Amino acid sequence: MASPQSLFEKIWAAHEVVGETPTTPGVLYIDLHLTHEVTSPQAFAMLRERGLKVRRPDLTLATIDHSTPTLPARDGRRPYVTEQARTQVATLRENCRDFGITLHDWDSAYRGIVHVIGPELGATSPGKTIVCGDSHTSTHGAFGALAFGIGATEVGHVLATQCVLQRKPKSMRITIDGELGAGVTAKDLILHIIGTIGVSGGTGHVIEYAGSTIESLDMEQRMTVCNMSIEAGARAGMIAPDQKTFDYLRGRPLSPEGEAFDAAVERWRELRSDEGASFDREVRINAADIAPTITYGTHPGMVVPITESIPAPADASEEKALEYMGLDAGQSMIGTKVNVVFVGSCTNSRISDLRAAAEQLRGRKVHPDVTMLVVPGSEQVYRAAEEEGLHQVFIDAGAQWRLPGCSMCLSMNGDIVPEGALAISTSNRNFEGRQGPGSRTLLASPAAAAAAAVAGCVADPRVNTSEAA
Amino acid sequence: MQKITHLAATTVVIPQDNVDTDQIIPGRFLTTTSSEGFGDALFRDWRFDENDQPRPDFVLNQPAASSAGILVGGRNFGCGSSREHAPWAIRDFGFKAVISSKLADIFSSNAQKCGLLPVVVSEELHRWLLDNPGAEVKIDVEQRHIEAGPHAETFPLDGFAQHCFLNGVDALGFLLEQDAAINRFESQRG
Repeated sequence: MASPQSLFEKIWAAHEVVGETPTTPGVLYIDLHLTHEVTSPQAFAMLRERGLKVRRPDLTLATIDHSTPTLPARDGRRPYVTEQARTQVATLRENCRDFGITLHDWDSAYRGIVHVIGPELGATSPGKTIVCGDSHTSTHGAFGALAFGIGATEVGHVLATQCVLQRKPKSMRITIDGELGAGVTAKDLILHIIGTIGVSGGTGHVIEYAGSTIESLDMEQRMTVCNMSIEAGARAGMIAPDQKTFDYLRGRPLSPEGEAFDAAVERWRELRSDEGASFDREVRINAADIAPTITYGTHPGMVVPITESIPAPADASEEKALEYMGLDAGQSMIGTKVNVVFVGSCTNSRISDLRAAAEQLRGRKVHPDVTMLVVPGSEQVYRAAEEEGLHQVFIDAGAQWRLPGCSMCLSMNGDIVPEGALAISTSNRNFEGRQGPGSRTLLASPAAAAAAAVAGCVADPRVNTSEAA
Repeated sequence: MQKITHLAATTVVIPQDNVDTDQIIPGRFLTTTSSEGFGDALFRDWRFDENDQPRPDFVLNQPAASSAGILVGGRNFGCGSSREHAPWAIRDFGFKAVISSKLADIFSSNAQKCGLLPVVVSEELHRWLLDNPGAEVKIDVEQRHIEAGPHAETFPLDGFAQHCFLNGVDALGFLLEQDAAINRFESQRG
């Protein structure tokens, strides 16, 4: 009998074109390559320089998300932050046209953040190898795919050969069992995990998330968890597909149809770690130990339950982080004044995230000292939110309802947190200046971000919700 | 890719742990379509103030930095985004190698692919390098060997990456040679 294999090993083995040797890396076939305007122009330029074609234009899917404005066009002209940003998008358009690649441009009903639209389209599916020149590609692992970020040079490799050169990473299983407490979300879970294993705890590893807590999460919550695997340093994060995965994918534009879908589901059911599969590292977490969680420092491992106070810095780097944040050890997180609230990003911009934020804001007002942006992850989310009337909840509360994109997560489109301002953000990185030069960031769930928007300071989202009820 | 067989150079030390790629090159510099000319953006917000004036106390603004060839970073250097612009900026500033006790995965992979040598050293040597900024370091890529002060040790370097550095070739050539195997793989899957 074959030895038991993990989910990761099954997918890896099925895509190894040439195995690795001591002197050469393995050649791994890629089923789906996602691309956007930021990390692709140099790769296409390389193809042109060397006279190469795109080997499989049918397996690359492009969108525009990072450099795109979230304010509407004025007089038919999109308000790009700079002409260079406009050119970057135009360059992708030209490259997709010349190389025969499908682009979800401004006129597509499926345009949006690359990690939101892949699953929406059904392009993401179990067992696939998926890459993108973007570290949050790990998001797609929520569907039982092996999905990881690559650099621009590797984007060129995939375009030219549909393969990447890889050494097989190590594997880690994080098992979370038990029920999450009331008001504890997938974002809190992943922040807690990063706080537990550390920001380099996953380096060199592919993480499989397992256990009853993970099984209880819906697909959007699973995406939030897998999305931030990179924040623990991991190459990828993945979750075995189950009935929820299949139900999500049924009827999507690029999903197989009819009997072909049923046949795919039969194959997908095999995609789980066998009993007795071994992992290089195992971590166990009890769901009951997880509270609504927030960051207080300048990396996503500096986390604390939202109701607690900031711990003493463990070393000089943490001391520097607190100094940058303008926060003190011993200070309570609740009551910390915030200036900006951002609900969006590939971590938390899906319809369930917007519902959670709207629940906090319904019938309330954004605090007068707070600027709040709500940026849906895709045109699909945008439309769904408008159909449900969520946009009206945001607008009535005094928040800004924007067009889909990455926006203030990395602030390369001009949506920035002002210098010195403190933002509470549903995104994935609280690095110094990530949201604009001199900006400071607290990462939290959509409910916690929206609760802070109302209070004007960090607040326990569970309290706000119960008051509203 | 530029060949690197031996390196003898002085260091610049950025000692903080977890230096992320947003520090190495902030997001607002990523709207370009080029892969060159990022040297000015390297550590932009640590190097320059809000009026774009150099901060004199930052190490890259000190005279020794312009002649240094090796950047020593704290643990988990290069964490965060997959932007290859980060190693491009370090390379464009004039560094040939980055040393730490731990480098982030994608950063390290990107560095190898653009000709910036990633060197992971023991905690002891790392400590010594952090404590001795400006030290002279000798690196032998063929022997995977590094010498600095009283320390001498070997460092891990993927055999294929080593081949690329020693010969000044990039990885695409090897990948293109796999064409027949890729054709076979595609036809077997149907």
